[in-house]
Amino acid sequence: MSDFIALWPQSASAYSGRLDLLMWVFTALVVALSAPVFILIAYYAWKYRAGRKADRSDRVNRNTLMEISWALIPFILIVALFVWSTRMFFTVHQPPPDAMEINVVAKQWMWKFEHAGGQREIDELHVPVGEPVRLSMASQDVIHSLYIPALRLKQDVVPGRYTSLWFEADKPGIYALACAEFCGADHSEMTGRFIVMEKPAFAAWLEQAGTDASLAAEGEKLFRDNGCSGCHGPAATVKAPDLEGLYGRPVPLADGRTVTADDQYIRDSILLPQSEIAAGYPEIMPTYKNVLSEDEVMKLVAYIKSLATPEDTP
Amino acid sequence: MTANPPSDPNAGHTIRSWLLTTDHKRIAVLYLVSVTFFFLIGGAAAGLVRADLLTPEGDLLTNEGYNRAFTLHGVIMVWFFLIPSIPNVFGNFLIPLMIGARDLAFPRLNLLSWYVYVLGGLFTLIVLLVGGVDTGWTFYTPLSSMFSNGHVVLVAAAVFIVGFSSILTGLNFIVTIHKLRAPGMGWGRMPLFVWSHYATSIILVLATPVLSITLVLIAAERLFGLGIFDPASGGDPLLFQHLFWFYSHPAVYIMVLPALGVISELVAAAARKPVFGYSFVAGSSIAIAIIGFFVWGHHMFVSGQSMYASAVFSFLSLAVAVPSGIKVYNWTATLYKGNILLDPPFLFAMSFIGLFVVGGLTGIALAMLSIDVHVHDTYFVVAHFHYIMVGGTISAYFGALHFWWPKMFGRMYPLTWGRITAATIFFGFNLTFFPQFILGFLGMPRRYHVYAPEFQTLHVLSSAGSTLLGFAYLLPFVYLGYSLVAGKRASANPWGARGLEWTVPSPPPKHNFVEIPTVTGRPYDYPIDKEDSR
Repeated sequence: MSDFIALWPQSASAYSGRLDLLMWVFTALVVALSAPVFILIAYYAWKYRAGRKADRSDRVNRNTLMEISWALIPFILIVALFVWSTRMFFTVHQPPPDAMEINVVAKQWMWKFEHAGGQREIDELHVPVGEPVRLSMASQDVIHSLYIPALRLKQDVVPGRYTSLWFEADKPGIYALACAEFCGADHSEMTGRFIVMEKPAFAAWLEQAGTDASLAAEGEKLFRDNGCSGCHGPAATVKAPDLEGLYGRPVPLADGRTVTADDQYIRDSILLPQSEIAAGYPEIMPTYKNVLSEDEVMKLVAYIKSLATPEDTP
Repeated sequence: MTANPPSDPNAGHTIRSWLLTTDHKRIAVLYLVSVTFFFLIGGAAAGLVRADLLTPEGDLLTNEGYNRAFTLHGVIMVWFFLIPSIPNVFGNFLIPLMIGARDLAFPRLNLLSWYVYVLGGLFTLIVLLVGGVDTGWTFYTPLSSMFSNGHVVLVAAAVFIVGFSSILTGLNFIVTIHKLRAPGMGWGRMPLFVWSHYATSIILVLATPVLSITLVLIAAERLFGLGIFDPASGGDPLLFQHLFWFYSHPAVYIMVLPALGVISELVAAAARKPVFGYSFVAGSSIAIAIIGFFVWGHHMFVSGQSMYASAVFSFLSLAVAVPSGIKVYNWTATLYKGNILLDPPFLFAMSFIGLFVVGGLTGIALAMLSIDVHVHDTYFVVAHFHYIMVGGTISAYFGALHFWWPKMFGRMYPLTWGRITAATIFFGFNLTFFPQFILGFLGMPRRYHVYAPEFQTLHVLSSAGSTLLGFAYLLPFVYLGYSLVAGKRASANPWGARGLEWTVPSPPPKHNFVEIPTVTGRPYDYPIDKEDSR
């Protein structure tokens, strides 16, 4: 029977349970606010129908107090729920600093997930229970949206910028994962599985899916192969910013602004180097827009992050 | 029942007399025919979509074919049916009659507006014939500008053109309402239908140009590679969403405000009582129009926009619920101690109120940030806006059609058939769209035609409902068509309603009023029976 018709989505996190509670309270409130309308319309239509004897004396056409009250009381109740839901929304936008990082690259029509150890998977995402996970997401082409109904979460993946999503799953199982933003011909087949595992099982999975090198190490190789080290390396003859300890620091720009060297800044510096020039450096960095893919850039970011001295890591 | 006066719109029978008419009533009929045509095409596309969704494999249409079907359904229904439906048919016909004018302020501009609509419609038909477009009616970039291989520029041209029809009509209504009211018809004496069209016209004039510019930018990016929205050439894809929703959210109110105006008229006429709290209801139309301009960001809660911006948009979206709620509660209060005629227009109005309440309250759910994160871009949203657009606007459109049909064509239709249609639409509608709320909450994304098997039961229910709904929408063609040839002649005021339009013969003579009336009282001045009546 449960396969025949499901009426409530599966839940894989404590957050889902809290969201469901909000949904229940909200539903109860709107039923309370709307039931009088449904009942009274039907009742009046019957009681005061033309041709039926009824008391129609002392009719009123306005009652300002009554009107203000039925505008304001529902509104105040709804504002209480607004506060509740907005607080929940803010928590899903503020990942804990120690969250486990997983990179996500979306493209027509597949999901690619890359773990810090270099393990990568297509259309499947394995995560451990009880550990906060932060997904750092980029798109290779159009806008996609990563949607995991069991977590009650989704986030658009927008080309040209990094977006992120964090969660803490607490119930092992296999759940659905989908693209929610219409992304072209095979949109409805851009789906996959979200697999939550007990910690030992997850460690074993990482082990068997293991690769030769971590993301940072792969980034270091790309750093050499693409000639980045020629300018940014210790032996460079060209004046280029030193990347040692850069990540997470404030960077003064030539136009007077100061930005933080986060993932987005490093990505833009590689792909759109003219957009934000570090103060005191000539505009000589070439663009790697047509050279590197989004997941190669993510590896470079991982490498540059690994160069930050530990106490500076945000 | 008097014979048709020689000057009524049915007097000239030549095609030329119709195509060159500047009579607002005839132009309304031209619109009635053309929007009905597009309603049928958009409905056929919806039928295709629902048939394909009967099975989880999506084996009726290809992926591309499905995308083209729902895109066409959206584009046609939004711009070629819902936006022009009530304003251009009933607004055109009724505003001059209701305010005691002989025509709109600019009768030729009114005809031009219809021709512009037809030109936009022809572009749409060409798109349909050459293979369609696959971007969704929202044209999100960079999918539409750089990745789609459908006829995006052509369909953008169609929507661009039809936008000018909206702007011209909006201007015409604003000037007419300001300048042509009969002596004595102050702002506080205008029918609520006119108030809601005034609010709608403001949105038409202010918001439509933003859409036009946005469509030009898409075409520029597609044709000349200008980097506006595509990040690969330095553009910003979210800029498109801001521009698009800055128009398209107010556009929702373009579709719904006229419907709210219709319902106020229908409820008052059915209850034979003044609308409860006239000034609150009139003011709420203006409030909805104004607040409606500041809520567009609620379409972008998961797009990556700042969470503080999202919180502000969430709050403003909840604020729209206040004026909408006022209307619903006031209509309910209007019925109290009324003398209610259970005729087809009132049944449509009741069904409107019920469906609008469900649509509005689920809209509040979507305005809540954390709920929206879960149900955004799922069937929950699809169900929500169909409750507003179809359950709301189309119910009101049919209500208006059944209420003013005798006035427009001078003939009565069989009331029983009207009642059956109203009930069938209500039932079919709920069967189609209620299961979609559950589907969405379960996590079924929208615009999917291949889906997980556990969703099938609900989809089958929905498709069954849509079959019933489609059938019910076709019924009026039969009995309203029949009434045109064999219906009983309608008197000037068959419902015993108040309002200047009911003081002239049905159908009204060419210049509406032989002598411009002088208005001496408030609208809806139904006689107050101290005792029980009838």
